[in-house]
Amino acid sequence: MATLQFREAIRAAMVEEMERDDRIFLIGEEVAQYNGAYKVSEGMLDRFGEKRVIDTPISESGFSGLGVGAAMSGLRPIVEFMTFNFSFVAIDQLINNAAKIRYMSGGQFGVPIVFRGPNGAAGQLAATHNTSTESIYATIPGLKVVSPSNPDDAKGLLKSAIRDDDPVIFLESEVMYGMKGEVSDADDYTIPIGKARIAREGSDVTIVAHGRSYWLGLETADKLEKDGFSAEVIDPRTIRPFDIDTVLTSIRKTNRCVIIDESNPFASISSEVAYQIQERAFDFLDSPVLRITARDTPAPYAKNLMDYYMPQVKDAYDACRKVMYVN
Amino acid sequence: MPKRSKSNGEAADGRESDAAVEIVPFSDEELSHDSLGLSRDQIIGMYRSMMLQRRFEERAAQMYGKQKIAGFLHLYIGQEAVSTGSAEAIRIGEDSVITAYRDHGIGLALGMEPNACMAELFGRQDGCSRGKGGSMHYFSKDLRLFGGHGIVGSHIPIGTGIAFAHKYKEDGGVCLCFLGDGAVGQGAFHEAVNLASLYDLPIVYIIENNQYAMGTSVSRAFAETDFYKQADGYDMHGAVANGMDVFDVYRAMTEHVEMARNFQPSILEVRTYRYRGHSMSDPGNYRTKEELDSRKDDDPIIRLKAYIIERDLATNDELDVVDEEVKKVVLDSVSYSDENPFPELEEIYENVYAQEDYPFLN
Repeated sequence: MATLQFREAIRAAMVEEMERDDRIFLIGEEVAQYNGAYKVSEGMLDRFGEKRVIDTPISESGFSGLGVGAAMSGLRPIVEFMTFNFSFVAIDQLINNAAKIRYMSGGQFGVPIVFRGPNGAAGQLAATHNTSTESIYATIPGLKVVSPSNPDDAKGLLKSAIRDDDPVIFLESEVMYGMKGEVSDADDYTIPIGKARIAREGSDVTIVAHGRSYWLGLETADKLEKDGFSAEVIDPRTIRPFDIDTVLTSIRKTNRCVIIDESNPFASISSEVAYQIQERAFDFLDSPVLRITARDTPAPYAKNLMDYYMPQVKDAYDACRKVMYVN
Repeated sequence: MPKRSKSNGEAADGRESDAAVEIVPFSDEELSHDSLGLSRDQIIGMYRSMMLQRRFEERAAQMYGKQKIAGFLHLYIGQEAVSTGSAEAIRIGEDSVITAYRDHGIGLALGMEPNACMAELFGRQDGCSRGKGGSMHYFSKDLRLFGGHGIVGSHIPIGTGIAFAHKYKEDGGVCLCFLGDGAVGQGAFHEAVNLASLYDLPIVYIIENNQYAMGTSVSRAFAETDFYKQADGYDMHGAVANGMDVFDVYRAMTEHVEMARNFQPSILEVRTYRYRGHSMSDPGNYRTKEELDSRKDDDPIIRLKAYIIERDLATNDELDVVDEEVKKVVLDSVSYSDENPFPELEEIYENVYAQEDYPFLN
């Protein structure tokens, strides 16, 4: 094991895979000479040269589509968005092309590509730089969506994403890039896409939380423990396909569920997971499934408003107590 | 290869001179098949290809009327010289081709099977895209036809990526990226062309200017209607060809493909005309019958036929044999498609992902 920052774990995954497979290249804004807007790709230009680490103009539609065409031609592009907020000017390439070309071509052309970069809120950046995109991409058949919560998962899942024969939306977090954690340095370390992780076992309530929200889930569980309650925390790790079975198994034990998801609430991952739970584990529920999300508004700038906008541990703690009928 | 060297039409200051860009009409002196290095067999093959595209689509229109074909059906009739002259100028199966939704012509010109093409329109299991793509989504991995794309302008960055891959893999291939005049208004076009020039990619952007984006004439949609001039903004070569003359398309395409092989991307505007509506539901009220008739007088197939007979490359009777053979191929494709089964319902889950056991919601 090695102690790595989140960004270093992502870099390690890319470097190891690029060493292994020369069809892989990294393309995006500031990824090469600038060493990455968030230093994720630091040193990669020196290591792999400008053929494989490629700076682009501010041209998301152009370079995302270039990646799709290269992937159809047998290469394995990693396309970095400086943030996923900027993926919206390229969304046609992701939703209409990357996701659907295998299908429309009757399986003749696959699109093995990774679109990666920071997703979700990152502080007082106002409305256009704080979007959680997971439900937008996860609704599209043909895409896979991955959202790691820690450096080890980031490495193992990114290596799987790069090896996957389908397009993967790989959602990182700007505010987690500096987070340190133990990361496996085992040869060929991968974590399968589509498998959740039971991060903490418990028996009184199930907390489902992905990406940065996972850490709120752990804090909430700590807080509940002080009250004498045992929360099971599940990190889905992958959003599409979603490992609902792990969640259902947990709910059959705890009979209660709270979902923490920093996305806006309407038609979100929490909506979908709650739907699936009621459909498949209704008889096991002792209480409605509750969720803690961002507010149903654009992200504001002012500090107090932004704090109010984001899900908080206290809200999740209160929700857990509510589903356990504890005042 | 030095970046951005111009192969022709270069003025003294190194910039394109407009004088070098002109529509070169069919001319006995300048554009004979001999001067272009085309054999008699190639000429007859091109004639057959154009006739096949024409008859295939006429029959498709009829089948649409009989409700054998549904959805959108965008016909290429009138533009066959563009697909045919282009296909003749490349190494099919090594070079790559991508286009928008008016894709039957180029598919057939590249050599796709008429049976599989018609069956796709019928939505049958042995259609070229297994009945999942329809008219707008012809693909052929073997012939390196990368689609058939439905969103105007969306495929242009993809074409750029295909060219990127040719260069990355150093396989000597080039990409022909066809687009309509309407696509020039999309940001994706400009982003893609800029990247191709920046990265010196082996690609030709062919703007098939058929004068109308659906019902909007180019003059109503573009401040600059000489589309080849877009090249200047991206420091690449731009030229115009006469899309009603298969020789002129072939001549221009050969030059542009050669540039692409030397990693000089370029824009080729091909001025052409579609005889039918934008799609089957379009009555074409935005243009006059006189305009349409005058353009039909310039028909690319009639033009080539006249040339062949004038030059004694074949007799009228011999061309009639070709016509009959093509007619039979098309009729056979209809009966093939009629008999070909619809896809099994389980097929809906096939080809969404490469992963065999993907857990779909149901």
